[in-house]
Amino acid sequence: MSDVFLGDALGPRGRRTTRVVTAVSTVAIVAFIVVALLRLADKGQLAESKWEPFTQWPIQRFFLEGLRTTVEVSLVSMVGAMILGTFLSLARLARTGPVRWVTTLFVEFFRGLPLVLLIFFCALGLPAYGVDLSVFWYVAIGLIIYNGAVLGEIFRAGILSLDRGQTEAAYSLGMGYWQAMMLVVIPQAARRMIPAIVSQLVTLLKDSSLGAAVAFEELLRRGRINGEFYQNMLQSLVVVAVIYIVVNFVLSMLARRLEVRQRRRYRAGPITVAGAGMDLALMGAQGESAEIADAGTTT
Amino acid sequence: MNVVFDNLDIFLEGMRRTVELSVLSFVIAFAVGIVAAGLRVSPVPPLRWASASYIELVRNTPLLVLMFIVVFAFPSIGFTWSYFTSAIVALSAYTGTFVGETVRSGINSVSKGQVEAARALGLTFPQVLRLVVMPQALRTVVGPLGGIFIALLKNSGVAVAINVPELTSAANEIGTETAQVIPAFLGAAAAYLLLTIPSGFATNWLEHRVAIKR
Repeated sequence: MSDVFLGDALGPRGRRTTRVVTAVSTVAIVAFIVVALLRLADKGQLAESKWEPFTQWPIQRFFLEGLRTTVEVSLVSMVGAMILGTFLSLARLARTGPVRWVTTLFVEFFRGLPLVLLIFFCALGLPAYGVDLSVFWYVAIGLIIYNGAVLGEIFRAGILSLDRGQTEAAYSLGMGYWQAMMLVVIPQAARRMIPAIVSQLVTLLKDSSLGAAVAFEELLRRGRINGEFYQNMLQSLVVVAVIYIVVNFVLSMLARRLEVRQRRRYRAGPITVAGAGMDLALMGAQGESAEIADAGTTT
Repeated sequence: MNVVFDNLDIFLEGMRRTVELSVLSFVIAFAVGIVAAGLRVSPVPPLRWASASYIELVRNTPLLVLMFIVVFAFPSIGFTWSYFTSAIVALSAYTGTFVGETVRSGINSVSKGQVEAARALGLTFPQVLRLVVMPQALRTVVGPLGGIFIALLKNSGVAVAINVPELTSAANEIGTETAQVIPAFLGAAAAYLLLTIPSGFATNWLEHRVAIKR
């Protein structure tokens, strides 16, 4: 692999240059790591007292419970968002004009807003107008509305990606609209959407950390509390980041694996939705150039 | 809606900050992303690994965690920046990973014949990348990059959590002070849409403008 550049084997001169650059860059990277470690040591950040708390069970439990809250709010929001998204996608494909227009407006409005604005609105606005819920639900409602709108678009793209012949065949067998939808279209579309849904779950899980900004005691908030208490903010935040990275990495791998399996099985690319957030924009970009053009129609 | 018009100056100030955050971060993220993508396809293994670990680690970390690290953890190793600068550092680092992956996908979409032809002419790796592959790759990813910019506009709202007085923070402040939460947040929502929708149009325009006509 190292002697290949963009699918083209290197010649003798290229290989020599590569060896030289490899040596130089290895030295540079090692030097960077050494300087970073020296700096950390110099500022006392590698001291045992800063890291020792993480070996104690009560503190590990404190973090794990935070992770549990993060996972709980993510799963609850994901389920809620999938239900909302199903309704939105069906309503946006409805044959009745006004239903379609209202849903389109709803979806485009909430998809275009920052999630953090929605969460702040829920945490501040809902109590002000007499809706008294726990902060868990304020965060969850914000996540559900935003991700419901995003998933609605994913579902709609999934339904539209299906060959029209499928619907036509169903109609010609005498099925009605809903029968064709439920028995023929949705089962096939749902399968194609799985990778997109999993990667939206990764985004959602990361976004649930915004709860920390409205005093919701999930993983990130707990990390900060711990850091303030033990005077080891750097270490606590690093631990939090590592936990997020591990969880998301596993989920991303899963999404990628599902996608590969799908490509092989259905010879169809994953569903991509333009402007549905960075991760999705990216998914669109990872495939062939046709998909890139597809992901480009963003508003 | 009077709340919005009475406090228009705060909203406009917030909007300005949001635009500043987004544009500055995008410029930096764009540069970072191109370098990361270039390194990721380079024939030099350590550079590929360095770029891959930056992208995978930072992309999987929530943006707010990055902001907290820059604001609360960096001072303990001697880097103390203003909230605004910290927000830009976190936003650029985060967005740079997405730009990097997108540009890499653009590079992969350039046909192999282009690389082979350039190599046959005797161009070296940096030359092939800079003169032949990148110009074509960037054109194909204008759309996704526009999507990333819009996502960045929205993500800049996260800076409210580290006291940067941008749009979300303006809505929050006015909503708290006047107890008229819905109008305050609707005002901010309108302001965000006022930024994202034209960005979408601009992206489409640019995409058609630079498209390679075959």
